[in-house]
Amino acid sequence: MSEEMFPEPEWLSEEVKTGTTIIAVTFDGGVVLGSDSRVSAGESVVNRVMNKLSPLHDKIYCALSGSAADAQTIAEIVNYQLDVHSIEVEDDPLVCSAATLVKNISYKYKEELSAHLIVAGWDRKKGGQVYATLSGLLTRQPFAIGGSGSFYINGFVDAEYRKNMTKRECQEFVVNALTLAMGRDGSSGGVAYVVTIDKDGAEEKCVLGNELPKFFDQ
Amino acid sequence: MATALRFPANVSTFNNYNDLHPDWTQREVSTGTTIMAVEFDGGVVIGADSRTTTGAYIANRVTDKLTPIHERIFCCRSGSAADTQAIADAVTYQLGFHSIELDEAPLVQTAASLFRDMCYRYREELMAGIIVAGWDRRRGGQVYTVPVGGMMTRQPVSVGGSGSSYIYGYVDSNYRTGMSKEECLKFTAEALTLAMERDGSSGGVVRLAVISEQGVERQAILGNQLPKFSTV
Repeated sequence: MSEEMFPEPEWLSEEVKTGTTIIAVTFDGGVVLGSDSRVSAGESVVNRVMNKLSPLHDKIYCALSGSAADAQTIAEIVNYQLDVHSIEVEDDPLVCSAATLVKNISYKYKEELSAHLIVAGWDRKKGGQVYATLSGLLTRQPFAIGGSGSFYINGFVDAEYRKNMTKRECQEFVVNALTLAMGRDGSSGGVAYVVTIDKDGAEEKCVLGNELPKFFDQ
Repeated sequence: MATALRFPANVSTFNNYNDLHPDWTQREVSTGTTIMAVEFDGGVVIGADSRTTTGAYIANRVTDKLTPIHERIFCCRSGSAADTQAIADAVTYQLGFHSIELDEAPLVQTAASLFRDMCYRYREELMAGIIVAGWDRRRGGQVYTVPVGGMMTRQPVSVGGSGSSYIYGYVDSNYRTGMSKEECLKFTAEALTLAMERDGSSGGVVRLAVISEQGVERQAILGNQLPKFSTV
């Protein structure tokens, strides 16, 4: 009787997804990664301050989107594999290696997994790099966007991206793109996390809701 | 064809219902599209791409989706080509009749309401997303959007169609109130170009029209003259 009076909320049985916006952009000397912070299960927001930028190594980060469990697991496994690899070669790993490890898992288990990770970082050989690994492909790009919110900013990033931006311009570009996507996508929101990686290391920053730029709002 | 086995849309196979019957014979004709309308002081600028698709086949690559409803009132059509043409014809008739009774030019809001009444009443059968835009003497340039489902609302700038998802971010960041006619034209052309580049169902040429007290000026921007962005 109590089940009929108070039916179980839908979100208890819905899979937890990071319906999301993630973006990574190269600049001369490094990369900037950005993400929103909303994790939803159906219509409920189960975590409004989740950091979706996960470190794979000191100067290599990945941005998570899709199923929260799948994405986190892939990141943890690759983190471990990269540690072992970097001990073996006695040097910092290449971003390309990290991306390849992510791609290998995404491709091998592509039927069971539904997660899209963007891998970005800095290494001594090729500087700042961004790799997209959607469903098991691996492609290097000057910038990459992902997640449900990324559809709304395709036009914006196509129009506003320029090669050889400075670090400052890149950070602004990332924050603007995230803000616009969070404004239109119901599954993205909260705060904006921004990580800047260059030869000196990784710097994490959190831009709170009231500090985000304001755009035209009808 | 109607009795043929249909694969669900998300399954892609190599031998789709054997190659003797191409995919487009079983698909409905749709203006999967990008349409846009912007108000400025003195009128409106409207724009659309020019692609009509039947499945993967482009049935018409130079479609005109900017349809005149009255002398200074146009509508931009997206969704099913048949549905939107039928609705536009019906509203053109009703509005023409109404304007004769009134003995003066009809209001844009009247045209939008007629669209809304029809789209809402037949919402289960129709698949139509329409933007109504024009100029009248009472309120100047106005844009009303009537999306799928049949609501109606006035907005200073409105985008619609399948390609519109990709340019929400661009429109939100680049629209400012108080733009001039030329700035609106440039803004519309650039937004449509960006959408056409990302949306497979939008493409061809960009058709633009400016509606103001002076009348209607139409233009088309061909493929090689479209604005260029630093694509990667």
